Amino acid sequence: MFEFSSKTKQLAIALTVVGAILWIVGFALNGSSSNEADHGHSSHATEHHADASHDDHADAGHDDHADAGHDDHADASHDDHGHAGNDDYPGEAHAAMIESALEHDAHAAHEAHQIANRPWSALYVAAIFFLGLGLGQLFFLGIQYVAQAGWSAGLLRVMEAQAFAIVIPLIVILIISFLGFGHVHHMFHWMVEGIDVQGHPNYDAIIAEKTGFLSPLFFSIRAIVYTVGWIWAAKMLRKNSLLSDSGDGVAMWKKNRGVAAAFTVFYAVTSSTSAWDFIMSIDTHWFSTLFGWYTFAGMFVSSFAALILITLYLKGKGHMEWINENHMHDLGKFMFAFSVFWTYLWFSQFMLIWYADIPEEVTYYMQRFDQYKVPFFTMLTLNFLLPVLAVLSRPAKRVPGTVVMAAFFVLVGHYMDHYVMIMPGTVGDHYGFGLLELGAILFFTGLFIIVVLSSLAKAPLLHKNHPMITESKYFQQ
Amino acid sequence: MHYESPVRNPLILGDKSYSDITNDIAKPVESKAPRSWWIAFSIAFVMFLWGVGCILYTIGTGIGVWGLNKTIDWAWDITNFVWWVGIGHAGTLISAVLLLFRQKWRMAINRSAEAMTIFSVIQAGLFPLIHMGRIWMAYWVMPIPNQYGTLWVNFNSPLLWDVFAISTYLTVSTVFWYVGLIPDFAMIRDRAINPIQKHIYKLLSFGWGGKAKHWQRFEEVSLVLAGLATPLVLSVHTIVSMDFATSVIPGWHTTIFPPYFVAGAIFSGFAMVQTLLLIVRKIFKMEDYINIEHIEMMNIVIMVTGSIVGVAYITELFIAWYSGVEYEQYAFLNRATGPYWWAYWAMMSCNVFSPQFMWSKKLRTNLVFTFIISIVVNIGMWFERFVIIVTSLHRDYLPSSWSMFSPTFVDIGIFVGTIGFFFVLFLLYARTFPVIAQAELKTILKSSGENFKKHHDEHGAH
Repeated sequence: MFEFSSKTKQLAIALTVVGAILWIVGFALNGSSSNEADHGHSSHATEHHADASHDDHADAGHDDHADAGHDDHADASHDDHGHAGNDDYPGEAHAAMIESALEHDAHAAHEAHQIANRPWSALYVAAIFFLGLGLGQLFFLGIQYVAQAGWSAGLLRVMEAQAFAIVIPLIVILIISFLGFGHVHHMFHWMVEGIDVQGHPNYDAIIAEKTGFLSPLFFSIRAIVYTVGWIWAAKMLRKNSLLSDSGDGVAMWKKNRGVAAAFTVFYAVTSSTSAWDFIMSIDTHWFSTLFGWYTFAGMFVSSFAALILITLYLKGKGHMEWINENHMHDLGKFMFAFSVFWTYLWFSQFMLIWYADIPEEVTYYMQRFDQYKVPFFTMLTLNFLLPVLAVLSRPAKRVPGTVVMAAFFVLVGHYMDHYVMIMPGTVGDHYGFGLLELGAILFFTGLFIIVVLSSLAKAPLLHKNHPMITESKYFQQ
Repeated sequence: MHYESPVRNPLILGDKSYSDITNDIAKPVESKAPRSWWIAFSIAFVMFLWGVGCILYTIGTGIGVWGLNKTIDWAWDITNFVWWVGIGHAGTLISAVLLLFRQKWRMAINRSAEAMTIFSVIQAGLFPLIHMGRIWMAYWVMPIPNQYGTLWVNFNSPLLWDVFAISTYLTVSTVFWYVGLIPDFAMIRDRAINPIQKHIYKLLSFGWGGKAKHWQRFEEVSLVLAGLATPLVLSVHTIVSMDFATSVIPGWHTTIFPPYFVAGAIFSGFAMVQTLLLIVRKIFKMEDYINIEHIEMMNIVIMVTGSIVGVAYITELFIAWYSGVEYEQYAFLNRATGPYWWAYWAMMSCNVFSPQFMWSKKLRTNLVFTFIISIVVNIGMWFERFVIIVTSLHRDYLPSSWSMFSPTFVDIGIFVGTIGFFFVLFLLYARTFPVIAQAELKTILKSSGENFKKHHDEHGAH
């Protein structure tokens, strides 16, 4: 039986508290520090203001916050939508702004909004990332039952514990999106007041068409359905698993197969729709049919990295002697295989959009290419090249040191992937990695450790009556 | 040691010994063909000849003999191509991906599934070749240094990527299949009485001696090929999907295409495997090896992949609305309610609704029902490609050029001909090759055979 020692508990609580403090300090400093940090931007805006040829601004005004690439597409965008670029921020409608003074005010408001969004975005990126760590393993746990997997039976308790890590991130995501409805922040373009009211200065014709789906009420219903459905599945799988220890293992296994099948169907739909809601809707104009599966792949692979780290931690503490290098080899394979799978989906989405080069879609990557070059290419390297180089070979997957290193960088890489998905649409080029981001990560790391380790401590790490447990013990390859 | 949980169903039924397996699997090769085989072969051969005639007519006259027009300049040719390539995917999935996932039930079906892969990729390859018009210049699709000045392949074209993807895939699949066959050919060689037959199988089996070193190399190369085949199988239909998705045609250009095409390919391939094996097990009396457990597993795969395809259909439909792009919206509205509504709803009901019946244990273990669904899925997946290709093209940006497609007898003849050709190859294979990978199957007899499992349950597992 694993014991969540008070020393580890204190450490985890300390991480949470320090993270929270850092975030709060970052929040308090946000406006002032970014004024200094983004000095270049404010001077840029001043320069803009001083520019005599204000008349040009109605057309060219977006150049300084949109990427240079928009020049190529500005015409097409205007024709189609009467609107420039996809990274427009709440409160701005270029086409409607003929007055250059107004244009400048809107521009300044835009900058201010982007700066003000940063603390929320930092928290949100971390919340989505940590949601993935739990959700990926919840899905994998379900798959173990649906597919009648044998080798992994000795790992099920770790997956069960990890699945509970979805609860806190989900709550944070719900709170942040509800704060958006109250206009506390302006992360989601479609939540802006008057966005679908014709004649309103904030009116946006494209978003107005989407409000049938992106309305506060419908969004909230969906978000609550995901939360309830996923947590229900995690609880049920856990409950039946604990019951099997004191009762009929085969009956509980069969029961869990039913729960898992139901959850798989639910997740098949909600994995995509939640990705549209929570992430894709930030860049409200943009759309991609693959986005849901792409997000799933990233969450899935990072959850394997976390599973590997937790399992090796437990083994390091002298537990789980039934998990040997054969099981670790399989976990390494999963992390490797789904890193490649993630890359496959990343490439499919990127390449098709790049190749077709139509303004409705390509602006998404132009902004990332232009403003986020470093995180963009770093995350690709960490998520694809590193796993291929580090854990492709069989011996490497059987050496804990190599696998831990690869798992750590895969986690970093996928945090950055979520960062590159969320930040451009919320803070534009006012991004960075400071107290806010670090604080948010530490905060969730601490909570993740508390949630996972305390549920691990509540039950034996080995199923007693699971029908596959002997297969798992004698598993070799 | 190897241990198998008692909750797993046996994969080999009856009280079988190693020699029973050898006898049962060698029997179709060693005995005379039953009458039913000759009937099936004759029908397939006539279809094949009809197809050859239509192909020769096309080559002699030009592709004007097809039903294509200026608006719909791609129809049955590419539909058939994608359909056949897709069917091929299940073979590799079964032999490579299921090998990596250590799915033992694969062993009863992998040989025939891989044969199906190779034969259907051959059918697929025919269509681009015929479509070239001057088929004798087909080698121009390869980047071969030449003296024609600027004549060079276009590396920006997904059609060229297709050439590389499919030829690599065909090569690796054939090698993979052949490597698995070596010990089984040796088994037939060792039993052959007729000296000519013995000699042929001797050549085919590469002097296999069954030594420990041979087995070790055999297993190693199988694993390496499985590792190579897995990304390949994904790449092939990915690139096929890019033939459409790299364009800017509404209904074609959508990012979900690569994985969704792969899922659809596995879906249709499993349906074809199901169709073929239900016949094979009956004619060759292999019900003990390809039993209800296998059929149920395949039905579950069909259900899962059908549902993935369904999620993709709905995603496309939803995002078309969500995008706010009127052309995209119209393309999908036109699919569902335009003049080709019947094709769209045939696709929806065959591919998304019909596999949902497999949720019922009773239905997915019913042989007749399974057979019907497997045919329905095959039809549905043909319609899927037809819907994607023809309905996206037939109403373009210029309403005066809107058009409908009607196939000529040549279009139909070539398609029927490829079905004939496919069955000619498959029937020849079934008479001369061991249709089940017997060497592999023997490795699981003592853990998954019904008699041994019963023995374990009664006398303890170890």
